[in-house]
Amino acid sequence: MNKLKAQYKRILSDYIQSQNESNLYIGQNFIKQLIQKNLTPEDVIDIHKQAIEEIYNDLPESMLHAYDFLIEVMVHFGLMFKEHQSLLIKQEEIRIEMDVAAKIQNLLLETTIPNPKDLDIGMVSVPIRKLNGDYVHFMHNQNYFSVAVTDVVGKGVPAALCMSMVKYGLDTLEYARSNPSYVLEVLNNIIEKSVDDSMFVSLFYGRFDLENNIFTWSSAGHEPALYYNSTEQTFYDLETKGLLLGILQEVKYNQHDIKLNDNDFLILMTDGVTDFREMEEFDSRGYIKDLALSISHLTAQEMCEVIYEKLQELLNFNIEDDFTIVVIKK
Amino acid sequence: MNVSVQFRKNDNTLQGFVEGELDTYTAPMLREELDSIQLFEGMSIELDLSNVRYMDSTGLGVFVAFYKKVMKQKANLKLVALSSRLARLFEITGLSELMEIESVKKV
Repeated sequence: MNKLKAQYKRILSDYIQSQNESNLYIGQNFIKQLIQKNLTPEDVIDIHKQAIEEIYNDLPESMLHAYDFLIEVMVHFGLMFKEHQSLLIKQEEIRIEMDVAAKIQNLLLETTIPNPKDLDIGMVSVPIRKLNGDYVHFMHNQNYFSVAVTDVVGKGVPAALCMSMVKYGLDTLEYARSNPSYVLEVLNNIIEKSVDDSMFVSLFYGRFDLENNIFTWSSAGHEPALYYNSTEQTFYDLETKGLLLGILQEVKYNQHDIKLNDNDFLILMTDGVTDFREMEEFDSRGYIKDLALSISHLTAQEMCEVIYEKLQELLNFNIEDDFTIVVIKK
Repeated sequence: MNVSVQFRKNDNTLQGFVEGELDTYTAPMLREELDSIQLFEGMSIELDLSNVRYMDSTGLGVFVAFYKKVMKQKANLKLVALSSRLARLFEITGLSELMEIESVKKV
């Protein structure tokens, strides 16, 4: 240490005598040695203080106090700096983990749109953050086609974890022929047991009997679906007062039947499609009905895309929630 | 953005006036406020939501969690003066069948 101090003093004196590049360069290179000896910035200031004291015998007392003050400040600065660095590292780790989680979620919850006989199905689902709180699950066999549209309360990681649970719940009930009310009752019990009190899921479940053209549906606190009856040229809200999933045990759900005829269509959606914070008075469902009717000659997929585009324009490309819409055309 | 609750005590009823917008960011604040209430058996809590200008499903979650907590303590909870927008949220989620809810009276 004394050797270092002596070296520093010599370099400093040289520089004070002649402020040229080469003296400065020697000082800058000296840092390597300091780092090797594990010296902190405040140690360097201390060495500097001692060197100055020796070079100028008549240094005023106040100047030495000023150095002591700087040393104390630098000690604290060093601590804060380390803490800040470690937070940045942690933040980066979390970001990487989130990216991995998003990739896993996309893989797990990947939805392929089925193509059952006599039905045309389209879907758009856009998450607001990396992880999607909405999920659409399709099942399809020879006799039945079924669809679940779900929305988990909350966003980000907790919602994504909960969503995986819903997906596996639906997968275990794999028989597309299961009654919608039964599906909701089973899922409700699974979610109620495993999730905390402020978390819940809304779910619309529909099953279409491909032979008899009967659409049977049930809803657990979900945004009502729209059903367009082409014979009557009227829209109906598929609304029940079924409770959200995950709130109470042993909830019973009702289910209802609709006979779908040619040119009828259904629009299933999450509240991201209808609930706009900045537009309190806007009748979003009315808007979607009019729009859907005006584009009902398009394919189901095109209808979803047009509705998404138009709503985006309406909201100045500032949709604030996960957005999911499914169109089923007979 | 902020949310606040002003409490007023009336015999056995605790009135809370909630004000602000309830979303992912403010919901934890409301949760904290509601969790600070000392619950006891038979107590009645009435939350006035007339000054809640916006609420999303995270806000709904806070009320559900609080409702469950109140029920466990055998106390009563009532939500009053809901705007039609808020009332609709409680209706489509089936919560209006479960919880005691009063919308703004229409004149």
